Amino acid sequence: MTYTLQKQAMDNLFQSWSKDYLIYGPTLIKNTGRFSDTDSVRYDKLTSIDQLEFDKKSDYSFKDIIFPISEMLFSYDATGTHIPEPKHQGALVFLRACDTHALTRLDQIFLENGKPDFYYKRLRENLKIVLLPCRTSFENCFCVSMKSNIPHQFDYALEVKDGAYILNTQASSLSALLKKEKTIDYTVPFVTSNTVVVEHAKKIDVAALTKSEMWREYDSRCINCGRCNLVCPTCTCWTMQDIHYSDNKSAGERRRIHASCMVDNFDRVAGNHVYRPKNGDRMRYKTLHKVYDHKLRFGVDLCVGCGRCDDICPEYISFSNILNKVAQESK
Amino acid sequence: MIEEENQYIPFAHTIMEVIKHTHIEYTFRLEYADAKHVIPGQFFEISLPQFGEAPISVSGIGENSIDFTIRSTGVVTDELFTYTTGDQLLIRGPYGNGFIADNYKGAELVVIAGGTGVSPVKSIIDYFGNHNEEVKNMQIITGFKSREDMLFTSDFARWQNQMHVTLTFDKGDESVDNIGLVTKYIPLLEVEDLTTAQAIVVGPPIMMKFAVRGLLERGYKEENIWISHERRMSCGIGKCGHCRVNDTYICLDGPVFNYTVGKDLID
Repeated sequence: MTYTLQKQAMDNLFQSWSKDYLIYGPTLIKNTGRFSDTDSVRYDKLTSIDQLEFDKKSDYSFKDIIFPISEMLFSYDATGTHIPEPKHQGALVFLRACDTHALTRLDQIFLENGKPDFYYKRLRENLKIVLLPCRTSFENCFCVSMKSNIPHQFDYALEVKDGAYILNTQASSLSALLKKEKTIDYTVPFVTSNTVVVEHAKKIDVAALTKSEMWREYDSRCINCGRCNLVCPTCTCWTMQDIHYSDNKSAGERRRIHASCMVDNFDRVAGNHVYRPKNGDRMRYKTLHKVYDHKLRFGVDLCVGCGRCDDICPEYISFSNILNKVAQESK
Repeated sequence: MIEEENQYIPFAHTIMEVIKHTHIEYTFRLEYADAKHVIPGQFFEISLPQFGEAPISVSGIGENSIDFTIRSTGVVTDELFTYTTGDQLLIRGPYGNGFIADNYKGAELVVIAGGTGVSPVKSIIDYFGNHNEEVKNMQIITGFKSREDMLFTSDFARWQNQMHVTLTFDKGDESVDNIGLVTKYIPLLEVEDLTTAQAIVVGPPIMMKFAVRGLLERGYKEENIWISHERRMSCGIGKCGHCRVNDTYICLDGPVFNYTVGKDLID
């Protein structure tokens, strides 16, 4: 069923959602962009539909809603360990088509790779998805090449057209709230082409590709800042971190924080051995995970083609370009 | 929410004994009631609040105890060396696949290990030392930097009576000890049937590489060689991503690999 909602009806719906869920969506934050006087779009808790950014791609991904940048696993003191309450019992999150696919990748790592992750599972369990359909591709997107342009599962789709909101839903629970609203014929739109096209290597010879000279460019060009991992909706690596309170050293917290395979120490073992000292080799490790290794294990590529890594890279390294180079090298 | 589902909570176990091998290598023996379910080659996350966690191989499995042999090389392990008998250690595990004894039963077996690499294979050596009839000819080749760096001295005394032991040191007095790398002794191995003879190799990456090469040159089959990998880990349970190599998670799929699988891992 698809409804057209005027502002008041949309506000009522938003209020109804907020009774059961914390609502997270992309929102424009003034003067926080990468250059002076520019803005950025980030996920935040929303209290009104007016805060939702419908027109731009978010610079950062949604992942920290269910996989927080820093998450306390437990606190400890003289009496033992204490598990904190989850930060939400239910959340509603606005996602693009590529992000709905990214969510399935997060699920694969946290729920299917070994036993389910306690902390991820409890934030993931009661998650409602509102799709923000893409009618046209954003800059650097290559979702069509990654087969993530057609949305995966969602509970609602919402877009703005001619000053009205178009809400698509299968949910019957809303019918009382919306019964007076006008319904229309509607098909959820998705993009069918991007400017950026990525060619998939038919067969990758990992040993040969590892020796390729193509990675040496990134030894110097990549500055291993890790921003690509930070913004990526499918990067899930994390590191354990303990802190203790300065006034009481027997009390503290164990946390997990987002990690980056591009940053030093990701692979350092006792005795100071490092498996990938060169940035180019870290780039290879990341790249092959995104389009080869994960697929061998889970049947789908990890990369969903959102292009956020290209958007954020301070060295203007294009990941889609790297994927095309991999395809060329593998011929 | 059932607390049992939360795999990140460590449990306290009492230290029964601290065995000091060298000034930087100690074995911590912990009370562990469920020791019979621990497999040689598996590992635990040892947890020191304030300092973090470190994945450590089990180096011995007793009736009601497990051993961890640790070299003091990092933040967590340095702190660990201040712990003593009667203290409690927080651990979680066991994790990983371990060495499955059935893979070696009825065959000739050689275990080649170097330095702290002896720790993860110590309990499988112990197992076949105590069940000598389950393998045809048990041999071990072990190397340490020098006599001063040697681990498990008392265990070696026992092993001498149970199997063929080659103990070698990188440097030392040639008139007293074997001096040389473990690879030197691979051509001297006594093997009756190279098509079924099994080998376990654990140690620093460079030692494993050359020991495996030596075994292959000697005529061992790739599928009869077993190695154990070490990588950085935060979780030990397939979530943190640090130990992933290609499509393999060392913590879930290893750390023990048949060489036909392990040889293709490219970091």
